Amino acid sequence: MKAKKILTALLASVCVFGATATMASAEEVIKVGVFLPLTGDNAAGGELELRGIKLANENHSTVLGKKIQLVVQDNKSDKAEAANVVARLIEKDKVCAIVGTYGSSLAMAAGNIVKENKIPAVGTSCTNPQVTAGNDYYFRACFIDPFQGTVMANYMKKLGYKKVAVIQEVSNDYSVGLAKFFMDAYKKMGGQIVDVANYQTGDKDFTAILTNVKAKNPDAIYAPGNFTESAMMIDQARQLGLKINFYGGDTWETNDFLEVGGDAVEGAVLTTAFGREMATTKEAKIFLDSFEKQFKGEEPSALTALAYDAYMLVYYGIEKAGSTNSVAIRNAIAANKNLPLVTGKTTLDVNGDPVKGAVIKTVKNGKFVYVDFVQPK
Amino acid sequence: MDFATLFQAFSDMTFVSFCQHMVNGISLGSLYALIAIGYTMVYGILLMINFAHADIVMMACYFAFFGIRIFQIPWFVTLIGVIVATAVLGVVIERCAYRPLRDAPKNSVLISAIGASFLLENFANYVFGGRPLRFPKISLLAQNISIGDVRTQFICLCIPVVLVVCLMVLLHIINHTKTGMAMRAVSKDYEIARVMGVDIDKIISITFVIGSSLAAIGAFMWGVRYPGITPYLGVMPGLKCFIAAVVGGIGNIKGAVIGGFILGLGEVLIVAFFPALSGYRDAFAFMVLSIILFYKPTGLLGEKTTEKV
Amino acid sequence: MDKKKNIIFTTVALIVLFGAACAAQFGLDAYLRRVANLCMIYAIIGLSLQIVNGFCGQFSLGQAGFMAIGAYVVGVFTVPVELREKVFYAVPMNPLIADIQMPVWLALIVGGLLAALVAFLIGFPVLRLHGDYLAIATLGFSEIIRIVITNAQSFTNGALGIKDIPPLNDARYIFVVCAITYIFVTALINSSYGRAFKAIREDEIAAEAMGIDLFKHKCMAFMFSAFFAGVGGGLYGALLGTVDPKNFLFTLTYNFVLIIVLGGMGSITGSMLGAILVTGGLEFLRVFDEPLEVFGMAIPLFRPGFRMVIFSILLMVCVLFWRKGIMGTEEFTWEKFKKFVKNPVGYWKGDEHHG
Repeated sequence: MKAKKILTALLASVCVFGATATMASAEEVIKVGVFLPLTGDNAAGGELELRGIKLANENHSTVLGKKIQLVVQDNKSDKAEAANVVARLIEKDKVCAIVGTYGSSLAMAAGNIVKENKIPAVGTSCTNPQVTAGNDYYFRACFIDPFQGTVMANYMKKLGYKKVAVIQEVSNDYSVGLAKFFMDAYKKMGGQIVDVANYQTGDKDFTAILTNVKAKNPDAIYAPGNFTESAMMIDQARQLGLKINFYGGDTWETNDFLEVGGDAVEGAVLTTAFGREMATTKEAKIFLDSFEKQFKGEEPSALTALAYDAYMLVYYGIEKAGSTNSVAIRNAIAANKNLPLVTGKTTLDVNGDPVKGAVIKTVKNGKFVYVDFVQPK
Repeated sequence: MDFATLFQAFSDMTFVSFCQHMVNGISLGSLYALIAIGYTMVYGILLMINFAHADIVMMACYFAFFGIRIFQIPWFVTLIGVIVATAVLGVVIERCAYRPLRDAPKNSVLISAIGASFLLENFANYVFGGRPLRFPKISLLAQNISIGDVRTQFICLCIPVVLVVCLMVLLHIINHTKTGMAMRAVSKDYEIARVMGVDIDKIISITFVIGSSLAAIGAFMWGVRYPGITPYLGVMPGLKCFIAAVVGGIGNIKGAVIGGFILGLGEVLIVAFFPALSGYRDAFAFMVLSIILFYKPTGLLGEKTTEKV
Repeated sequence: MDKKKNIIFTTVALIVLFGAACAAQFGLDAYLRRVANLCMIYAIIGLSLQIVNGFCGQFSLGQAGFMAIGAYVVGVFTVPVELREKVFYAVPMNPLIADIQMPVWLALIVGGLLAALVAFLIGFPVLRLHGDYLAIATLGFSEIIRIVITNAQSFTNGALGIKDIPPLNDARYIFVVCAITYIFVTALINSSYGRAFKAIREDEIAAEAMGIDLFKHKCMAFMFSAFFAGVGGGLYGALLGTVDPKNFLFTLTYNFVLIIVLGGMGSITGSMLGAILVTGGLEFLRVFDEPLEVFGMAIPLFRPGFRMVIFSILLMVCVLFWRKGIMGTEEFTWEKFKKFVKNPVGYWKGDEHHG
């Protein structure tokens, strides 16, 4: 029975620890909640965004003369946990605003709670239109799926492609959304979609769909999706001797995409929110400098920039509201215009979505290179 | 979706595309088979689903990454190191998570296996981070080759060869060595084998060493072929490999290989011939599983067990 | 103590607990209420898995699929008609169902029934199988359900998920459903059907020899299990206010297997305890994700992700040292409770002696 005693002791120590570890901080701070998928399927995205938020917090740590304290919580890429965590941030940590999250479904699970409790939340890269629609308390720093898909359709049409194949990650709302609006726009302009192939999140082998696509002889492929899967897909396409170019969305703009894809992703084109060349604002310079300092040699990913902006939206909201009253902050976030953020001057529309242009980039010599900038209509 | 479009691909299929699909399918099937053997061996001896096997594959990928990328060890040396490290990991898991439950109800063992799998995933996520790492590029294996218009990677040709070699070695061990005889004895009747003086613990450890070594070889090739390494990379392939083992008749090594090929080829060919169904590709494995189990409740090569009263 | 007294005690306890649920609804903050609600929902699904795994001895891993059915019925049919256009923004909703709207309670029942129907259809090929073959086949069907939901975009909105489900974050409502499930399952287990289930669990051949129709009883257990999983899934969807297919990956089922094994296979009260322990425990362990400073020094171990490592280790430890779970196959009874209250130390010692 020794084992049982050890076990009991272990459990007891965990309990005691859990009960005592909640420490009270004496100084007065403004608490901003952060919820991100730091474990589970979306951990990669969460990790990149946490960098951005932390960076922003380091650069802009005080507002209204008080320190801003981040309360970071993991939502495990799980909806039930996302809902719990947001409730916890509101009730237990008494945050006045929330930043997060990567993954639209996680943000939607939190939507009702922030609405009920009247706490403003700013999404980092949840691009599904449903996140902010009908919810006055959810905003976001990223643009939505319909815009990105349409921008790419216009761009590809301009390049003179006639036949395009679409490969979508059928279990990923981001990919399905982009693909859908891309196809609508592209068909409207008289383009032809020769094939629509599907794969599932977590798939490793894309040779079958790629062989099919190859047989259809398209001029180009539009394949928005997760960066790991997309990079491996492009890698396999090159192995199969598929020489045409791949086009995608802003999720691709990460070091990991280049890392996993290697030489294969050379030439891939994507729409994104942020470009070094478009870094017109002062904030962008600060962001780039501090990023360079912390993560030497890495290119900041769009996710990091967007997360930085999401924090900044909250920051300016608090500043303008002049108080930590969450409703006042909400109104201030909605009312703020032309904020100088990393991804350009930003104004939120009635839904709480930013109206801003898209940057088109391509991969050249293992780096993302600016190609074009598309103004919003 | 109407009928004509569903069968459109049949008339569109050219010989070259077909060959290409076959090559793709065979290499995927061989990979499934290699990993499925690990599942089937453990099941044959312990009668338990080793859920952690998929995560052992994942850990092996990380080991290889650290060996080649971080410590700059030549890949063939690393391969041996990875096999050793993975075998140790397998044995450690068996010692800590399964051995104490040797006489416990089956459900506890199953939960222990799920727990071990959770632990490995969360540990990897915690230590290595959630962002994908690239499996080091081994130019010899990763070079593109083409036979006529059919293109593939050199590794895809290696995988089936490696599979056959592994299979032959394994069958030799099982059928022609003393250890193998003991393994068969344990698998046949655990109690009697113990009574006859077989060192059960040793045999089980050996089983885990072999299973994990195969997982390491599989992982290495998996990594070269599908280079993104994440903490959760084992989940879906692991499930499919397990299904492959069940389809072939769990506990039967040849069955696992056959199951692996059915699944690998089937997944590729279903997309090849019914592109409209590409969204249902993952469902294919499960459909095959239920159809085969419907006709042969113990898998294709599984032994018919008559229940004893 | 006689049976009558037991019933009175249980009724009183249920009423007290209902009072507690009311208090939770108004007294607890949103966070604790949400965790409490999730515990109850997980308890319902844990119980549903208990019927087929714990009592009938058929190892099924299909719960995630049945939950998905329930959740999607609630998701598709309770969203107000006028909001649907906004939800189904990519592919319009199929006209067949576009105008059907149900109240939540009806959708829960329909979802449960639909899940039971699917279980019936799956049961034909699957329930002939035994042990791990059954486990993997049910898991397979659960994935098939999810994949079909992902692809049937005009009915389910596919991967885009459904939002604007009228939120049901009401502890009383969920408690009532949970209590009904508890009472029903208890009654079922103590009925002749329940005894037949247990007979099948103990020895199929003997059970068959005794004249128990194996397939009928297994199928029944499977359908009841699916029904409550569907109801639980519906509540889960309604609690979150949104559903999407990725929620219902097969790994979700593992949570419930964990709950019932920790609570004790074949114990109704055990699975309730298990649900509370797993759900509450995961929330409790959150402190491990938060940075910790001791005397001004940040301890680097404490960063996001650490919680899950601790959780998995605790889980392993529990399984290794508490093989039969908290309750074993025992139930909570008032007699034991009395004994325990009278002499807690002696009670545990005695228990260990038996175990």
